[in-house]
Amino acid sequence: MGKRLRAAGSVAARLALRWSGTLCVLVALGSVALAQDVMRFPKPEFITGYDFPRTTEPAPTTTLQQWIDVLVLFLCLSLASYLAVKKRSRKGIFALMMFSLAYFGFYKQGCVCPIGSIQNVAFSLFNETYAVPLTTLIFFMMPLIFAAVFGRVFCSSVCALGAIQDAVLLFPVNVPKRINHLLGVIPYAYLGAGVLLASTGTGFIICRYDPFIGFFRMNGNAPYLLLGAGFLLVGVFIGRPYCRYLCPYGILLGWMSRFSKWHLSITPTKCVQCRLCEDSCPFDHIDMPNEGLDREERETGVRRLGHILLVLPLLVGIGGWIGNQLAPPLASFDHTVLVAERVLAEQQDPTLEQNIYSEAFGQEGRSQEELIAAADLVRERLAFGGWILGGFLGLVVAFKLMKMSMVRNQRDYEVNKPTCYSCARCCPTCPSDELHMPNFVALGDLQPVHQLDRVEVPKQEPAEVSAKS
Amino acid sequence: MTDKVEKPKLTRMEFLSLTMGRLAVSALGAVGMLGWLRRRKKNTVWQIDPMTCVSCGQCATHCVVSPSAVKCVQSYPICGYCRLCFGYFTPNAPELTSAAENQLCPTGAIERLFVEDPYWEYNIIEDACVGCAKCVEACEVFGNASFYLQVRHDVCVNCNDCSIARHCPSDSFSQVPADEPYILKHDQELLA
Ligand code: SF4
Ligand code: SF4
Ligand code: SF4
Ligand code: SF4
Repeated sequence: MGKRLRAAGSVAARLALRWSGTLCVLVALGSVALAQDVMRFPKPEFITGYDFPRTTEPAPTTTLQQWIDVLVLFLCLSLASYLAVKKRSRKGIFALMMFSLAYFGFYKQGCVCPIGSIQNVAFSLFNETYAVPLTTLIFFMMPLIFAAVFGRVFCSSVCALGAIQDAVLLFPVNVPKRINHLLGVIPYAYLGAGVLLASTGTGFIICRYDPFIGFFRMNGNAPYLLLGAGFLLVGVFIGRPYCRYLCPYGILLGWMSRFSKWHLSITPTKCVQCRLCEDSCPFDHIDMPNEGLDREERETGVRRLGHILLVLPLLVGIGGWIGNQLAPPLASFDHTVLVAERVLAEQQDPTLEQNIYSEAFGQEGRSQEELIAAADLVRERLAFGGWILGGFLGLVVAFKLMKMSMVRNQRDYEVNKPTCYSCARCCPTCPSDELHMPNFVALGDLQPVHQLDRVEVPKQEPAEVSAKS
Repeated sequence: MTDKVEKPKLTRMEFLSLTMGRLAVSALGAVGMLGWLRRRKKNTVWQIDPMTCVSCGQCATHCVVSPSAVKCVQSYPICGYCRLCFGYFTPNAPELTSAAENQLCPTGAIERLFVEDPYWEYNIIEDACVGCAKCVEACEVFGNASFYLQVRHDVCVNCNDCSIARHCPSDSFSQVPADEPYILKHDQELLA
């Protein structure tokens, strides 16, 4: 309370000017105020039997509702798994996607989503004072568990952010592979920075820069709405730009999905190399066969791999150093650092007027030394975290280079498990698929026509197909 | 890493893939486990500590909901029921009536009701309040400080990263248990 009153005192001078008309009244009341300490005016003594009304307390979302959301998430993920892995139905996926967009996007208005929950989990792991609510933890874990078993079915039709981008993808164009690889590093950086800033308690940047939340809430300030509109506009041509070049949760999903046992596949039986699916993925997530293609000598590849392994420590070191240097800009996300910088700046430059931050600090009653010490602590933690973040990114770059120099033998057209969103766009293009056979009836017997002569195609066993479905 | 290079290509890839798969899944398990140990059953909501708020006005401008989910509330047992309410009337108000030009609140969101001489009751019309804290500041400085700001949970969408919280100069926002979602200045139970 003492702090409060001091605050009142300093604002009083400012307000008193405005209140010049009633100033005389105030002088009289001033003595009352001092005597009363907290209550400047005595508690009224009503004679008409007046009862104090209660202050209303409208309730927040109940725990029950939060558990309903968990249930909806589970049902959606299960249905998405069924539609993607078993039915391989683009129509079904699309319908579910629309539902998720409506429910998790426009009805729940975004929070809390698994993408943002990364930060809650990171924050709680590194801070004694914060514990992650159970439902949030479940929101974080469930899509990852599904990804480890069925692939990124969350991305296919449950994620509201993915859905809004998928829905606007009308004229897909291809992005050159090199650019894809280059931009593909950003999500790692975003993930690392998000975790670092959350675990140091600096802020939840992944939520802060969510480009679509403004649409879900049907309002928001102009820069963010413009950012979101930009993403959607780009998304008309470049499939899911946020998913591919930013989403930090996509990285985690990819790590899980890479080893998933039951993942959506382009063909339910055997790839006959008809090449019909080749252009069906707007995200470039189909691995193409490379047998018989001109490839460099294995020796060359191994030697390059050796070189990369040699420079790996260097990459990690350089990355760490850069991360360490980036600590000051990262620190500017922190409230304490912001206030400390402002207070110091005002001290050095007396012409600078107080802003709300320094003013609030002045009313708070903390000493400047305490503030600066607190800000330094944040900077120290971020500088240390910067080493780890940068080192991690160096490792990511090294792995990317390694992956590019290790060409795997690829026999058939297959989805790239870590990145594939299981959107099922490629499924209906496969002619060896009974489910989608009607698509091809008009084209007649395609398989022999579209065989590539360099590949030996095992004869299709129709009996086996029907037995499976 | 280097010793695996000698093995035949496909096997090495398979081995690597299997190991990394197990690693990834165990890492997820570990994070889940740690999270479980540090979980809390109750959900949280954002709330303002009225004792540290400095009525800066950011609440009106930085909420993702418009008008803001932050509203002024009245703690009746603290209020002086003044005829001249500093939160209600502008400085230099021509007369002490509810005419618009006399009111401090830019949206006219305060209701003034006569109780008995000389006492007047002041209520907030929440649909009109934008959380600008003008009345809060005046009541704080000249009155009993019975007006103060609270996040109203029928309006707040409980953002994971409250947009006002990160702009609040006095760091007055915190996440409180959802079953005690308000920080009121008086004890409601004493009123009963
Ligand atoms: S990549 Fe990220 S944003 Fe895109 S659908 Fe998956 S989780 Fe959602
Ligand atoms: S299911 Fe995967 S590979 Fe097929 S089109 Fe969709 S993202 Fe591409
Ligand atoms: S949590 Fe969101 S809706 Fe609630 S007060 Fe903060 S910004 Fe406004
Ligand atoms: S932003 Fe903080 S200090 Fe400013 S009015 Fe809101 S709660 Fe009070």
